[in-house]
Amino acid sequence: MYIRSVGNISAQLSFSQLLKEPAVYTTNRLTCIEPDYSTIVDPKLIRRMSRIIKMGVAAGMECLKEAGINNPDAIITGTAYGCLADTESFLSKMVENKEELLTPTAFIQSTHNTVGAQIALMLKCHNYNNTFVHRGFSFESAMLDAITLINDGDAASVLVGGVDEITNTSHQLLSRFGLYKTNPVSSASIFESEGKGTVDGEGAAFFLLDKKASGNDYAALKALHTFYKPAGKSVVEKNISDFLAMQSVDANDIDLIITGKNGDRKNDEVYEQLSASLFKNKVSVNYKHLCGEYPTSSAFALWLAANCIKTGIIPGLPTAKKPSTILIYNNYLSIHHSLYLLSAC
Amino acid sequence: MSAPVYIAGTGVISAIGDNSAACLAALENEQAGMAEMRILDSIHRNRLPVAEVKWTNEQLASLAGMKPHISRTALLSCIAAKEALHDAGIENFSSLRTGFISANTVGGMDKTENFFKDFLADPKKGKLRDVINHECGAATELVADELGIKNYVSTISTACSSSANSIFFGARLIRQNILDVVIAGGTDALAKFTLNGFNTLMILDQQYCQPFDENRRGLNLGEGAGYVVLVSEKIAAALKKKPFSRLSGYCNANDAYHQTASSPDGTGSFLAMKGALAKSGLQPADINYINLHGTGTQNNDIAEGTAIKILFEPAYPQMSSTKSFTGHTLGASGAIEAVFSVLAIRDGLIYPNLRFETQMKELPFAPATKFKKGEKINHVLSNSFGFGGNCSSLIFSKI
Repeated sequence: MYIRSVGNISAQLSFSQLLKEPAVYTTNRLTCIEPDYSTIVDPKLIRRMSRIIKMGVAAGMECLKEAGINNPDAIITGTAYGCLADTESFLSKMVENKEELLTPTAFIQSTHNTVGAQIALMLKCHNYNNTFVHRGFSFESAMLDAITLINDGDAASVLVGGVDEITNTSHQLLSRFGLYKTNPVSSASIFESEGKGTVDGEGAAFFLLDKKASGNDYAALKALHTFYKPAGKSVVEKNISDFLAMQSVDANDIDLIITGKNGDRKNDEVYEQLSASLFKNKVSVNYKHLCGEYPTSSAFALWLAANCIKTGIIPGLPTAKKPSTILIYNNYLSIHHSLYLLSAC
Repeated sequence: MSAPVYIAGTGVISAIGDNSAACLAALENEQAGMAEMRILDSIHRNRLPVAEVKWTNEQLASLAGMKPHISRTALLSCIAAKEALHDAGIENFSSLRTGFISANTVGGMDKTENFFKDFLADPKKGKLRDVINHECGAATELVADELGIKNYVSTISTACSSSANSIFFGARLIRQNILDVVIAGGTDALAKFTLNGFNTLMILDQQYCQPFDENRRGLNLGEGAGYVVLVSEKIAAALKKKPFSRLSGYCNANDAYHQTASSPDGTGSFLAMKGALAKSGLQPADINYINLHGTGTQNNDIAEGTAIKILFEPAYPQMSSTKSFTGHTLGASGAIEAVFSVLAIRDGLIYPNLRFETQMKELPFAPATKFKKGEKINHVLSNSFGFGGNCSSLIFSKI
């Protein structure tokens, strides 16, 4: 399986800018740097789209453009929260107006499959179209759907992405659950503050997965594995070592580990332990200081890994060996754990 | 599809019954589930009939063995999933690689919409426990944890076709030897959010719906959950109760016409049905019964009917919309109707399309209006089409 092209909208402008100088924020909420959509999507359509739809559609279209494909065999999206702004808009009006004087637009756009549907509509693409909405596994489910669809011979090239947005309401609510740092910190130093909470994030990242190598791919995706609510750190370790063994990969073969550390002391314990055991002496980088924490952030990590392999450069580690094998290990709220193995083509 | 995937058990709860047997009895006795709203507290109570499951959340919680304060979406899901698992009677369940793949459209919205009343007045107010399970995936995890399923959990949301997709995705994971057993289906509870959303689209019938009728006026919303237990050939061979049906074909296609409306000639519906037939290696003439998406809206029924006309001409299978009993249960509908399709194969049944009066003038066929037993049902096609142009068709076949 090959990653032929990528499209990404995040709190970082681009991979090349990230190599030069990553965007640093002093806040507990990292929002996306949005492009000039009019160069990507018909301006008449943009006007009606809410922010998540614009970000998702634009990232998807950029990805297809790079691959030179306008009719993928499948369009598969992962989103934990779906179209929050539209949902909130309809819900608030419904509550405020006591179920009267409502208009359909926000409701129509509130369904979780809107991003995938809008991409299909713009492309007039009648092929397979699916949307997964399983919290910290939303993107991983979409990826597994894509991989198994390709393995079944039902598709050769699949557009697959992960997308989630922050709204004022979602940030307020998740803050009440104690997810985020209460004092604004520099995003560059969230791993040093060692306190409680992380920083909120959002993003849209799409990939064109292809069965065959094109000769100009970002990376080969060797394997993906997820595990749910592991009983303890030893179970996490076992899942990782079994995953590597299944792929006949030795820890020594891995040039770079991208970890899902998020700056919350309790959340990060598992990564600390791994760095003293399985990942000892391995080159590793974090990514959530760049994009924030959100359920589909592993799509950002995959984008980062694909770019590291393609360019041979690791952001923040300019002198490190050119990575040809990368392992991503992420977990969301210690519930949803995912592993990705990538290699140079 | 090379390696077969078998249906080892079914579970369902809807306005017409709390389990598969009760739903079958209502289908036979032509007892529709629509009535005046009793559980949902909406200003539309006296105007819009709905197909509610007749139990309060407290009653559902005791049926499900869960806490009463959690979302109705999860309570309904748990009841149907437990029935399906019990029906399959898999003995060495815990030693198998098992997945729970569910679907829904609005997750814990039934709780969130009440939370929002307090929250909008003051963002520091509102009980967090009413919003903690808002995400679609949360309902799935509550039930997976209750069932003790850990190997794989996932949730799909493609509007009204959601749970048809969870069934073929589960089957694919079995066929590729990733899992041994999958409980696949979907759930949705009635919510004011959905009711008002459909109301703004002006596609709700103020009377009981009349799918595929020339004078149809719209749909009635319903609620419920449905699951099938999917197993590999190896697991099926070890079961005490031998499976009688298998998933023989499926297809997911997109209409790519409009965010909420179907194309006039039902392009997406046609592609989904045609693709499912191709996957199963069957000819249109092999299909004995079509469980229609048949919502009762002007738009769906003409699009779906036209697609059937093009694909099946000149010999049309018997067909009906069981939404004339259950209402449109959205994220649950594909799975509830999959359960009805599988039971039609087991017992040789054709379900009636209630309240049908006048054949649609554009179509050369009409749905079945009488319950029939002792029919030879070898292959059933089940359609689920939704917003976003998402169209999926499943084919179940007798073993």
